[in-house]
Amino acid sequence: MITSFLLGGLDRKTGIAILVLALIGIGVTYSNAFLADASPLHVSTGNMLLFGKYAAYALLAVALDLVWGYCGILSLGHGAFFALGGYAMGMYLMRQIGTRGVYANPILPDFMVFLNWKELPFTWVFFDHFPYAMLMVLLIPGLLAFVFGWFAFRSRVTGVYLSIITQAMTYALLLAFFRNDMGFGGNNGLTDFKDVVGYNIQADSTRRVLFALTVGFLAVGLWLASSIVNSKLGKVLIAIRDAESRTRFIGYRVAEYKTVVFTVSACMAGVAGALYVPQVGIINPSEFSPANSIEAVIWVAVGGRGTLVGAIIGAVAVNWGKTWFTGVLPEFWLFALGALFVAGPLLLPKGIVGTLGGLFSFGNRPSRVVPTSPEPAE
Amino acid sequence: MLKSIAAAIRRLSLTIVAIVAVTIVQPVLAADIDGTIQLLTTDGYSDTIEAIGQLSTSGHPRALAIVQALSDGKLQFSDSAKKVYIDTGAGLVDAATGDAVATPPADVSDVRQNNRVRGVVQAALGALSLFNPDPQKRREAAEAVFKSRDENALPAIDASLAKETVPEVATALKIARAAIVLFKSDAAEADRVVAAQAIQVAGTQDAVALLRSLPADAPKTVVNTAQASAKTIENNLALWSTAQNAWYGLSLGSVLLLAAIGLAITFGVMGIINMAHGEMVMLGAYVTFMVQEVIRNHFPSLFDLSLPIAIPLAFIVSGLVGVAIERTVIRWLYGRPLDTLLATWGISLALQQLVRTTFGANNREVGSPSWMSGSFQLGQLSITWGRMWIIVFALVVFAGLILILKKTPLGLQMRAVTQNRSMASAMGIPTPWIDALTFGLGCGIAGIAGVALSQIDNVSPNLGQGYIIDSFMVVVFGGVGNLWGTLVGAMTLGIVNKFLEPVAGAVLGKILVLVAIILFIQKRPRGLFALKGRAVEA
Amino acid sequence: MDIAKNSILYLDGVAVSFDGYKALRGLSMVIGPGEMRAIIGPNGAGKTTMMDIITGKTRPDEGEVLFEGSTDLTRLDEAEIAELGIGRKFQKPTVFESHTVRDNLLLALKADRTPFWTLFHRNTKDEDNRIDELLSTIKLSHRAKDLARNLSHGQKQWLEIGMLLAQEPKLLLVDEPVAGMTDAETMETAALLRHIHKSGKSVVVVEHDMAFVRELDVKVTVLHEGSVLSEGSIDHVANDPKVIEVYLGR
Ligand SMILES: Nc1ncnc2c1ncn2[C@@H]1O[C@H](COP(=O)(O)OP(=O)(O)O)[C@@H](O)[C@H]1O
Ligand SMILES: [Mg+2]
Repeated sequence: MITSFLLGGLDRKTGIAILVLALIGIGVTYSNAFLADASPLHVSTGNMLLFGKYAAYALLAVALDLVWGYCGILSLGHGAFFALGGYAMGMYLMRQIGTRGVYANPILPDFMVFLNWKELPFTWVFFDHFPYAMLMVLLIPGLLAFVFGWFAFRSRVTGVYLSIITQAMTYALLLAFFRNDMGFGGNNGLTDFKDVVGYNIQADSTRRVLFALTVGFLAVGLWLASSIVNSKLGKVLIAIRDAESRTRFIGYRVAEYKTVVFTVSACMAGVAGALYVPQVGIINPSEFSPANSIEAVIWVAVGGRGTLVGAIIGAVAVNWGKTWFTGVLPEFWLFALGALFVAGPLLLPKGIVGTLGGLFSFGNRPSRVVPTSPEPAE
Repeated sequence: MLKSIAAAIRRLSLTIVAIVAVTIVQPVLAADIDGTIQLLTTDGYSDTIEAIGQLSTSGHPRALAIVQALSDGKLQFSDSAKKVYIDTGAGLVDAATGDAVATPPADVSDVRQNNRVRGVVQAALGALSLFNPDPQKRREAAEAVFKSRDENALPAIDASLAKETVPEVATALKIARAAIVLFKSDAAEADRVVAAQAIQVAGTQDAVALLRSLPADAPKTVVNTAQASAKTIENNLALWSTAQNAWYGLSLGSVLLLAAIGLAITFGVMGIINMAHGEMVMLGAYVTFMVQEVIRNHFPSLFDLSLPIAIPLAFIVSGLVGVAIERTVIRWLYGRPLDTLLATWGISLALQQLVRTTFGANNREVGSPSWMSGSFQLGQLSITWGRMWIIVFALVVFAGLILILKKTPLGLQMRAVTQNRSMASAMGIPTPWIDALTFGLGCGIAGIAGVALSQIDNVSPNLGQGYIIDSFMVVVFGGVGNLWGTLVGAMTLGIVNKFLEPVAGAVLGKILVLVAIILFIQKRPRGLFALKGRAVEA
Repeated sequence: MDIAKNSILYLDGVAVSFDGYKALRGLSMVIGPGEMRAIIGPNGAGKTTMMDIITGKTRPDEGEVLFEGSTDLTRLDEAEIAELGIGRKFQKPTVFESHTVRDNLLLALKADRTPFWTLFHRNTKDEDNRIDELLSTIKLSHRAKDLARNLSHGQKQWLEIGMLLAQEPKLLLVDEPVAGMTDAETMETAALLRHIHKSGKSVVVVEHDMAFVRELDVKVTVLHEGSVLSEGSIDHVANDPKVIEVYLGR
């Protein structure tokens, strides 16, 4: 059952993409480890970190495409799930610091000592155990998405209303995490990490492993998402996207489907955040800012919603553009990003992959079509 | 021992005060205080006390100055010259005449005081101030008596009350009197009960504390009345603090209303998600800034008119930008709300950056005209003119918008187009232009809001970002497509926010409100005042 | 009560209003098991609203709606009602435009509808055969692999009827199935509906087209302003002075 489900996800496009990701994962780590610095093919650690960051973003984009491209749920709060996953990882990394912090407290992270706290809050208790922390990476975003989604979808909050309340959700979390007494480091967030599962987080070798893991998880996430959308459940999702009430009238409980896919997607976003944090070395409340979540949406729109692979391409392309602009023309980055937001829907509604797919019918099965504006059944 | 001294002082000062009172009521012209002065030069406590008594009764114009100097430790005497001086800091003056003394005798020393003397001095001072010609001083004296509850001041209070003409001072005196009587263990029980009731008028937290601090051995009826009085005051106080919170809430609500009202048109009526709405507000604020710059540099006398001038300009600027956005971007995206959301978000980013490159990223200084500053008192409410005008302004803008929609041909056509586009167009209404104008109207109103918000918020490129989520919450909470819902929604959210703040803190309060709205939308997806029907299901 | 017990669908005193407009006022009707009923009535009579209420889209303000004599439909939502065995074809054809004709039928096919089983679903031989059968019933075998959005209006109507059949409902509600069809298509549709009826299902057909209703040759209910104006054979109804007035008097 599971195997046939997973095999269903390996269509041509996904297969190629996974292959490419595998090559990149192996190639970049190999080049960083074994090629001389002078070699034109050498990838510096800095660049590898950058690509690793893009890969984490790409996984977030895949998660977002799963709900938006296939189920019509435009979440403007996926950054929150990403950040929650990141915080769960950050808490683990904080507890790994142990006595090497400024205050050398074996239990309490520095910021708690600074706040004069005497005891570890219950939220932090088991976070020194790696498996527990990893469970939380999935569980916390998943649980939030499940509860939020179940209430919202059951009450049939759809379209822009849903977008607006997801935005309010991440905004509320932003405000909450800014508060010191939440116990997550307030303004400064969590940083100054030392080790991850016993390895120095700054070491090149650790960073290679982290990079490879991120690309690996991206491939797994893509495969999983592809399996979902190619299954009958995926067809139901598209049906919901295109004619929600019609789907209900043939007996599907739409709220359940939406909640399931929203939760799965939030877990993927959480994993992306957890992979992101050890590579950039910090997580703070600004990750919850609504602007971040919307930016993730534009990655998907640029790459092509409802294509999965497009989400990856979009995330990498836009972020690469951001890196380039902020290096060369910093004041123009927001203009460029703004233009992208405007031009995307206006000129390239199917995104890069959707448009190319249309031109060359690039492994694009007929069911992958840009959502039409949903019309209510009468 | 101590107790008996205290009692003696009290008795003594009582007589002094009584005499002062009598003196004032029937003014006696006593020109000569030489005898009194002599008493102050003997360096004996009893003589000093005697002197204070005489001074109080003398009605002499210098009496207050001398007692005050004694209280400040500035009274000196010379045994050799048999004279008393006041040390003004810049030299000595003759206490009896107020004339400067060029060459003081060598043996000048302070008039010494002990606790007895100090007590008598304070009582005499209080009594003397109760008759100060300045009503403000008299009132302060009465309030001081209320705090000290010095029984000795009672006769003076009564005397002062008898001739007091200023109502506020009379009230203060009555309250002070009641406070004394209430605590006077030898006063008649009935009087004390009356006093306990009379203190209610004070209506302050101090009065509550006073009423509650009645000794346990006081008669039961007195204590009960005092408790009841305290309760009444507390209820009143709670009422006022509720009113103050409600006022702050209305004030915040009017800000939300201003920010959201334009959105109620573009989102509520047209169904367009304009994420650049906040930037229209921001543009309005910058227009105000520019208007003030021009006025400051060229017509400084017009500064008080800067806001009335800025309002139409802000409307035009934001409105035109809105029309431009509608014509170039939004009209291609009708029927694709999520794409509209993204595109307008892009526009908002670009507008922010544009303003940042033009005006810099820092806050710009926008001043308040004189009629916006200051405050006034309403009962126990303190109301700033700025907030007051913003509330008025928000309501005026709201009323104006309702009028435009209900009473003008443009409003009629707008409603026709939003309700049934194809029918309207078949009837010859130029739907594309109505769309553009409606959108422009919503944006223009956001610009006007920016003028008002420039008065209470930092004018920076990020100004609009702070309002966008709140505005959407207001519109969605109030019910899309219903302007009255927006009004009620804004005011409700403002008030709830302000009532939560003292309990939960500002940030947590805001989070709670957000969570509450999220839950509310799930219960009533269409908001407070939902339109029902087929039209809204699309 | 007996009437309710022996019926497949039982409506009594159903009323609903929208913003003060009374779309249905005291509508009562009984459909027997295996019966086919035609419902006619001028535009705005409340025919579609009646279907909305039966299928759980709209909650009535008052009145009773029972399925198979005992199940209270006013308490259930759309999906639950569909699972009970009530299928509906909409007035405006709504098929899943970005799915193929085949996938449209697959989605409608009777099966476990929980997300878990849907996720791990694999098409069985039986299911494929069933879909093939349906395709030929609705005469769309040659377009099985095309996207539904590329079908003609009439074909979409038929696809929707096919989806209705795929659900294997006990009661079919069919709203204006021949709107926009050619005469030939209309006759074929009538034949198809009669065929469905013969296979033992209860069918409620809403239609304007008198020729079509005549072709169906079943009991007719006339709705007017939210309640039943007349009921009986087509000839009886057509000669009812009240009906004549409503149709011709305006
Ligand atoms: N959801 C709704 N909101 C508002 N009015 C409605 C709604 N549903 C139906 N109506 C009104 O109820 C009346 C009956 O409509 P309908 O049932 O569609 O008639 P029919 O299908 O017989 O032509 C119409 O006037 C219609 O406008
Ligand atoms: Mg109808």
